[in-house]
Amino acid sequence: MVRRPSSRARIAQWALLAALAAVAWRLGGNVADNLDARHMTFSFGFLSDRANFDIPFRIVDWKVGDTYSRALLVCTLNTLLVSALGVVAATLIGLLVGVMRLSDNWLVRNVALAYIEVVRNTPQLVQVAFWYIGVLQAMPPLRQSIALPGGALLNIRGLYLPTLHFAPWAAPVAWGAAAAVLVTPLVWRLRWRGRPLGAKALVLPALALAAVIASVAQVERPALRGFNIAGGLQIPPELVALWAGLSMYSSAFIAEIVRAAILAVPKGQREAALSLGLRPGQILAKVVLPQALRIMVPPLTSQYLNLIKSSSLGAAIAYPELFSIFAGTVLNQTGRELETILILMAIFLTISLSTSAFMNWYNRRVALVTR
Amino acid sequence: MSAALVAAAGLWMGAGSAWAQVSSPTLDAVKKRGQLICGIDTGIPGYAYQDSSGEWQGLDVSLCRAIADAVVGSPKKVKYIGLTSKERFSVLKSGEIDVLIRDSEHSFLRNTALGLELPAVNFFTGQTFMVRKNLGVGHLKELNGATICVLTGTTLETNIADYNRANGIEIKTLLFEKPEEAFAAADSGRCDGYTDDGGSVAAARSTMKTPADWIFIPETIGGLQPIGPLTRGGDEAWTRLVRWVHYSMLEAEVLGITKANADQMAQNPSNPDVRRFFGLEGDFGKLLGVDNEWAKRIVKDIGNYGEVYEASFGAKGLGLPRGMNNLYDKGGLQTLPTWH
Repeated sequence: MVRRPSSRARIAQWALLAALAAVAWRLGGNVADNLDARHMTFSFGFLSDRANFDIPFRIVDWKVGDTYSRALLVCTLNTLLVSALGVVAATLIGLLVGVMRLSDNWLVRNVALAYIEVVRNTPQLVQVAFWYIGVLQAMPPLRQSIALPGGALLNIRGLYLPTLHFAPWAAPVAWGAAAAVLVTPLVWRLRWRGRPLGAKALVLPALALAAVIASVAQVERPALRGFNIAGGLQIPPELVALWAGLSMYSSAFIAEIVRAAILAVPKGQREAALSLGLRPGQILAKVVLPQALRIMVPPLTSQYLNLIKSSSLGAAIAYPELFSIFAGTVLNQTGRELETILILMAIFLTISLSTSAFMNWYNRRVALVTR
Repeated sequence: MSAALVAAAGLWMGAGSAWAQVSSPTLDAVKKRGQLICGIDTGIPGYAYQDSSGEWQGLDVSLCRAIADAVVGSPKKVKYIGLTSKERFSVLKSGEIDVLIRDSEHSFLRNTALGLELPAVNFFTGQTFMVRKNLGVGHLKELNGATICVLTGTTLETNIADYNRANGIEIKTLLFEKPEEAFAAADSGRCDGYTDDGGSVAAARSTMKTPADWIFIPETIGGLQPIGPLTRGGDEAWTRLVRWVHYSMLEAEVLGITKANADQMAQNPSNPDVRRFFGLEGDFGKLLGVDNEWAKRIVKDIGNYGEVYEASFGAKGLGLPRGMNNLYDKGGLQTLPTWH
């Protein structure tokens, strides 16, 4: 039996698994012994304790005295926010620069090359700090805020946008408006006396918009009060700088992926399109890019994962993301090093694996089906 | 004559035997080497920094020099070893340095678990705030609504949260991982102020574009942080020497003896305390294992505590008010035992 190669392979695999299990067991035992020796316990109970610190920027409510698990949610959402913004921006900039890199125009081509080389060959942390200090230097002080149209204010503390407060009856209106927008395409195709309604259906979304505007009870404009701007929605410079730092850095790599993918599309495809009389723009948009996309997806996934993981650089410039808040303040306040780091790793792993799963699904969807 | 004096001093001390011969391995080693090896910070304004000519200066450095002056007779006979916060205690315990004077906080665990001695506190501090002068803030409570730049991973942010809750106000914090970005953010106006322990805030102020635009708020929060020299456990005589070198600089200030007037005041003084200080009465030097003019040398070469503070943290240095580091009779915490 052992002579059969398939059995041998199976035995080897089981042996390897057993060895790995033994190592894991040993490590776990070691950790437990050491914790015991230091009279430390392993427990996630601290998550329901009250956290005694402030989180300056958040997209959900937070106040001092909320639980550590709430702090975890707040900083996870901050990480997700900057990652999502970064992925979108990096893709758009990368696509543009990658296409520029293949331009026939010498200047365009070399500007793109210079951008890629500078961005790709300097440390990302330095870039993040550069953007932060750069953004800060460019902004006017608090008391000399630049007033933007619509009541927005721009100063060193960030961009302050007016916020809308809706009337109590706004919720049903919003649902109604959403429904109206959703049915518009159906109404568009409806026939009235034998003819499609067509553009007349646009009355629906227009009405929806009017109803939503009517339900705005109050516009809260940011204004200077005391030390700070009160009211309105603040977009802090930390978010902008981290966003710029993450997306610029990844965009350089994405540009190279885009360039490689475009070059990988067989020359014959372009020649065929040319011979059919398509213009260069059309060739790029309708023939080359759709095929290049399939090649791009797997390496893009790894760039996205890098970008998400690099969001922890925000700790350097006071962006309250997972690493800074959870592995910094929370770890320090609770003294639960092992637990906080394990949670941190689990969350990053979940985010990365979900991103990866989504990209794989997308890859399968766009992959060329060969018959 | 000398024997009579020794006997008289012995009686006067009320301790007949043990004092006569000071036994200390560290003291012997320093004397034999002719040089003190002092562990200091790798460079932080106020405590230990190099001036424009490359000379080490600062509050901690002055204490190193005073010890060397007392033991080997010259403030220049010091070898400075710059240490990071991680390695400092193991270097001290291994015997590579004679004394650690590296803006180190005195704590229960350092005393017991690490087995180090805490001879004296040369700097009392607490969490201090620095704000822009033009905000017109004189009291912490007036910072309600202000944003303060803070280094994360410390108790600083907790102290602020506690202060907010206790006073029903909201001081906002912006948490930085490293000082460089935090300084830049404070300087550019992203924050209204910066907070850390008093000495570090003073150091931060010196890195601002216009330090004069920043003022310290006199109050501190989060309790007292005593900072001072540390010595190895098991060498009591050496620990005593380090302690009394610090006290001698305080005593000089109490008695009004300065670098400039030391020679003049040593001319046949009538005040018994001054006489003891200059070694004209008693055998204080011998009790420490050094000669009797040790304190005189220290004040002549280095100055009294107040002078050293002025040059490092005070008006001639970082502009940090004396506050807690003033003498006990001027509202501060710097006190010393009597000499007799």
